[in-house]
Amino acid sequence: MPIPNGPQGERENYLNKEYGIWSWLLTTDHKRIALLYLVSITFFFFIGGFFALLIRLELLTPIGDLVQADTYNKLFTQHGMVMVFFFLIPSIPAVLGNFLVPMMIGAKDLAFPRINLLSWYLYIIGGILMLHAMLAGGVDTGWTFYAPFSTNYSNSRIVEAGLGIFIAGFSSILTGLNFVVTIHRMRAPGLTWSRLPLFIWAHYATSIIQLLGTPVIAVTIVLVAAERALHLGIFDPRLGGDPLLFQHLFWFYSHPAVYIMILPSMGVVTEIIACFSRKRIFGYSFVAFSSIAIAVFGFLVWAHHMFVAGISVYSALVFSFLSYSVALPSAVKVFNWTATLYKGSIHYDAPMLYAFGFLGLFTIGGLTGLFLAALGINVHVTDTYFVVAHFHYIMVGGAVMGYLGGMHFWWPKISGRLYPEGWARLAALIVFIGFNLTFFPQFILGYLGMPRRYYDYSHMPEFQVLNVMSTAGSTILGVGYLLPMVYFLWSMRYGKPALDNPWNAAGLEWKTASPPPTFNFDEEPVVTWEAYNYEELDGSHIEEVPIAR
Amino acid sequence: MPDSTVMGVHREEQHHPELLHHFAEPQQQRDSASLGMWVFLATEVMFFGGLFCAYLVYRTKYFGDFGAASKSIDALLGGTNTAVLICSSLTVVIAVWAAQTARKTLLVGMLALTMLFGLAFLGIKAKEYKDKFEEHHVPGASFSFDHVPIPGRPGEYANPKHAEIFFALYFVMTGLHALHMIIGLGIFAWLLFMAWKGRFTPAYHTPVEIGGLYWHFVDIVWIYLFPLLYLIDRHP
Repeated sequence: MPIPNGPQGERENYLNKEYGIWSWLLTTDHKRIALLYLVSITFFFFIGGFFALLIRLELLTPIGDLVQADTYNKLFTQHGMVMVFFFLIPSIPAVLGNFLVPMMIGAKDLAFPRINLLSWYLYIIGGILMLHAMLAGGVDTGWTFYAPFSTNYSNSRIVEAGLGIFIAGFSSILTGLNFVVTIHRMRAPGLTWSRLPLFIWAHYATSIIQLLGTPVIAVTIVLVAAERALHLGIFDPRLGGDPLLFQHLFWFYSHPAVYIMILPSMGVVTEIIACFSRKRIFGYSFVAFSSIAIAVFGFLVWAHHMFVAGISVYSALVFSFLSYSVALPSAVKVFNWTATLYKGSIHYDAPMLYAFGFLGLFTIGGLTGLFLAALGINVHVTDTYFVVAHFHYIMVGGAVMGYLGGMHFWWPKISGRLYPEGWARLAALIVFIGFNLTFFPQFILGYLGMPRRYYDYSHMPEFQVLNVMSTAGSTILGVGYLLPMVYFLWSMRYGKPALDNPWNAAGLEWKTASPPPTFNFDEEPVVTWEAYNYEELDGSHIEEVPIAR
Repeated sequence: MPDSTVMGVHREEQHHPELLHHFAEPQQQRDSASLGMWVFLATEVMFFGGLFCAYLVYRTKYFGDFGAASKSIDALLGGTNTAVLICSSLTVVIAVWAAQTARKTLLVGMLALTMLFGLAFLGIKAKEYKDKFEEHHVPGASFSFDHVPIPGRPGEYANPKHAEIFFALYFVMTGLHALHMIIGLGIFAWLLFMAWKGRFTPAYHTPVEIGGLYWHFVDIVWIYLFPLLYLIDRHP
């Protein structure tokens, strides 16, 4: 479907307006900052992926042969910390959101461009601290930093890594703040809330979580650091403190953080499905408000991470019930996407393949989430590979699939070039196969009783077959992730120049040049149409007439 | 697509010198700045909220010990500080009004007075910390809180470990609050400098307004800290 066009000429755009390192490092252009983020999160993605690969290699054999227990603890801790705080949380909001939010609402930039740049620098400072903590000794507590191990016993670089996360957290807060203010105050004339792309609604909901959740993890890290450095007793039971309080505070942020990862991805998938089905999204307002509902419900379910930690059975019951309730808005979205596909004119371009992948994997991840919300099954599978598989289906199968789909969908707009469609479809297929081969066996492993965070399962050698499958899958997945990076880079030089609207998509971002000029639009747009007006765009708004009775 | 034209030239005619390029009009810029500060304050509420949550947990758990520990803090100093902060809030309000009505001398004076109150607060706070240090009430190796009776329960003594948690929370909460005061003083020093240079006019005084919002917020946090830390067991 992408339509290549002739020579574009050298019209001025955000990429060729200025050259040189300082034109990037001191830029306040949201599009350039998005690219700064793109480069930095890709860097951290490959670091986190490197740790993941070592974990999978170690588990290839039942005995601990590649690494020993201490190293293994550091591997899974650092894999988690890097992937969660330095890749997944900034991934879609800071790259695609930064690039697209102002363009989709017809603004010249985010409300606070300098704060936007500041947030990238905070991210980088946090990232450097994290890198240094990992190189100078590592962290071995698990990404959850459970007290009192983290506050007392662990002899690793916790304060430094915590400080890195604290600072990166402020980057996340400032991004969310910028989005909320921008969406409220900077919309083009005529762009009412009910005309906004659902990508914007998803980012609005995400920003609420970033704003209200992140400060809590920040203060929790302050308390952990103070406890470690000054020997306070806030979480240490020997001094009268309560380690459960740590878990409550930690999960009050870290459970909603999952929705920071998945909500933007849902927004991306909504845009893709509407475009490649050539239809208005089914149930616009339901999809919009289900994002808000997920953000709100997401704050009320955190203790389902603590069912075996010794909370009272009554609060466990309540949290179990509330955890089920998150399934409602999530299901609303899945059903609406499916209904959008129904009788759509479906195109199987690479972004759509990722969106399909998202649909399947997110559904599996979401449904197994219901298993875990059930108290009885939760006790059975707590801290097993079942949990690991579940959250990877959400965070990788969901969030990363959406991220890659979005990168392909908007790549022509970002770079002004078309990526090679054949390779992209192949990569989407490889990612899907590799992902399932990696993580589906982990559901079975977990259900059979393989605990997470063990480097040695020699007492259970029968688990090896499934572990070998998982490790094999992870290498395929690795290839699937490398491919897009290679052909995106290739396309920047050799790709065909893209039209302004290569997908013939709805949305303001497609009504300006590819790549866009620095202030996004040559003339301030005025919106007179509803979102996703694909029937109008295609001239296909034909009443269905029953032919024969 | 419209023809390629020179970008960002429309609306040039009504360009105010302080209006940034990506805003259409000063009102939009003002509204954005003020909404941004309110949203930021919401994140601050959550930040301190985590600490208030911890306080609530341990106050319930170690009720008497917290009472005894609270009684050892000098409520007179705390009360003076509360009065100082309330006065500073008043001077901030007058400063905003002075900026709106183009009273430059008053604006500069009020900003300076606010900073003076802020410094007085920090000075009194330092005195409090020094007292606690001398009484060995700073959590850590030299902490001691032996044989302190629990108010209202004759013959019972506070558990030093539980009192230590009170002091841990006391120092973390007032410490983070003081840090916010120091940041506020930095902001006000900048506002003072800009006001002295005459940069604020009735048409452009958003920085004074949102700086003031921040200052009020820090005051309000203190209004909650003061009774929780100083006054929980003062009845005779």
